Amino acid sequence: MTSPSANPVLANAVYPYGTRHTDAMVADLSRRAGEYRTHVLRMVYGRKSGHIGGAFSCAEILTALYFHHLRVDPARPDWSDRDRLVFSKGHACAMLYTVLAHRGFFPVDELPTFRGLDSRLQGHPEPQKTPGVEVAAGPLGHGVAIAAGMALAARMDGSKRRIYAILGDGELNSGVIWEGMMTAAKFALDNLTVIVDYNGVQQTGTTRHVMPTEPIADKWSAFNWHVIEIHGHNVGQILDALDRADEVHGRPVVIIARTTKGKGVSFMENSPAWHGGIPDSAQFEAALAELNEGTRAWTV
Amino acid sequence: MDGLIRNPLGSPSSMRKAYGEALVELGRARQDVVVLSADVQSSDFSYMFEAVYPERFINVGIAEPALVDVAVGLASSGKVPIANTFAFLFATRALEMVRTHLCFGGANVKLAGAYGGLSDSFDGPTHQTISDFAIFRSLPNMTIVVPADPLAVRKLLPQVAAWKGPVYFRLCRNEVPEVFTDAYEPKIGEGVTLIDGDDATVIACGVMVARAIEAARSLSRQDIRLRVVEMHTIKPIDSDFIVRCAQETGALVTVEEHSIIGGLGGAVAECLAQQYPAPLERIGVNDTFAESGPYLDLLDKYGMSVEAIVAAAQRAMARKQASSSHATSEVY
Repeated sequence: MTSPSANPVLANAVYPYGTRHTDAMVADLSRRAGEYRTHVLRMVYGRKSGHIGGAFSCAEILTALYFHHLRVDPARPDWSDRDRLVFSKGHACAMLYTVLAHRGFFPVDELPTFRGLDSRLQGHPEPQKTPGVEVAAGPLGHGVAIAAGMALAARMDGSKRRIYAILGDGELNSGVIWEGMMTAAKFALDNLTVIVDYNGVQQTGTTRHVMPTEPIADKWSAFNWHVIEIHGHNVGQILDALDRADEVHGRPVVIIARTTKGKGVSFMENSPAWHGGIPDSAQFEAALAELNEGTRAWTV
Repeated sequence: MDGLIRNPLGSPSSMRKAYGEALVELGRARQDVVVLSADVQSSDFSYMFEAVYPERFINVGIAEPALVDVAVGLASSGKVPIANTFAFLFATRALEMVRTHLCFGGANVKLAGAYGGLSDSFDGPTHQTISDFAIFRSLPNMTIVVPADPLAVRKLLPQVAAWKGPVYFRLCRNEVPEVFTDAYEPKIGEGVTLIDGDDATVIACGVMVARAIEAARSLSRQDIRLRVVEMHTIKPIDSDFIVRCAQETGALVTVEEHSIIGGLGGAVAECLAQQYPAPLERIGVNDTFAESGPYLDLLDKYGMSVEAIVAAAQRAMARKQASSSHATSEVY
């Protein structure tokens, strides 16, 4: 098929579920993920408030999900048989909003209202305000248990809809994550895929330093989850892993996506300072230039 | 309205058995009802639902935060989940889940708080719940409903399930006097006058309604006419009703199986302070933890005896008298 990126009108077109993962498709989605980072940068810089680092680390994951894998319909955000995405790392919502807007859930020109008075784009996700947002998030740790509840509901309904949750690695510190893991495994929820955006950095330091979580794959495995490990900025690997997860029977699936906090801007990468740091004007310009350069690389 | 309550009150009957039966009935009437427990279904009696509808029953283990979060996921998928565990665990351990996803996020989850008040009497203060009204009342969008007897459980549970938005339904562990006749038709959000009177109003909730009725019947032998009001909905509080009682009787007593801080007494005090100041006495646990012991003895020892209600009514009436004679002396 022709890459939608060849046509600017189709710049945000969807590669429907089941589409073969061509190199052109992977390149196009990678380019878009880079472009979405520039929106996040502008939103946070404009409001002088928000979380860049964790938003940048999940750009490819969200892009792959919303523009290919998730069966959702922006015209019917409440469609009962839609796939669900629980965005558990709520502080990174600038990226979620950017992706939802480009997917057509609300106008892209609403993004600059982020965190402002009367905005639908709250500081942390609020399902009743923002089309496409499934649950509230911000306080960390809720994603697995909520997603397990959604997966149980889908099974009770005899529905083929699938449930996804995106977690940060820092939020694995929270006890309710592990409660949710046990629940999902107990009920063998193979309609549930959790993706850990494992960027290795949380607010005050590296996860290794703050609260060691390794060996993380062994931990999920010991909790009776099927574990897939990937490079979380490699769109091809993300797409393939999501497909493989759909084929697992009898166990919930976790995709450990190794990512880089602040990905795409060299001085932001792997730094706790950019968990909630706000760029000054020089940093903004430098970051924008780097992101644009990265995006151009995918266009060539 | 005397027709709403039994005279004398009926013999004690199990509230949790009534709850279990009402859950089964609800499950029969509504396919969207899903029941969850944090491995205390043999205590909260949701095991009765599990026995009939095992495919709609979920035991998450001893994990109250997950109990609420799993219910959130079910609710966001169109189910009406009824989560069950001990009342104090909802109000403390799982509170952040309740605040973030039910009250803020709008998840349509119902919380059935078992073993409310001092009713888990022998297990002691770690298991007793005297702060739940205060905690949940401060959360926007929360509704708090407290049935007073087994019949009230059966009448109110379907309304709780049909209510739009989160509800905290507070239950008693023990056998409690049957208070109501079949004529009782409660409606969430509306106070109910059980006994009319104009000397003072006693506003009670939960199992304390029976004791308020006994206090009124005892005072009636001295020709004192207490109005007895059941306030089964602590939030949203029926403030128009409370103000009318204040205007018509001039003195009030609240009676609840809860701390005197922040619960029914707090709600009535806030309402009166702003709309119609009147003497108010609050009966409840006096800002202390209780202890282990027989239930009825605990209620007596910690300030919720019939005699304590009678004495509070007399104090409230005396204050009304004093303030009216004071007002009179000012005029002359």
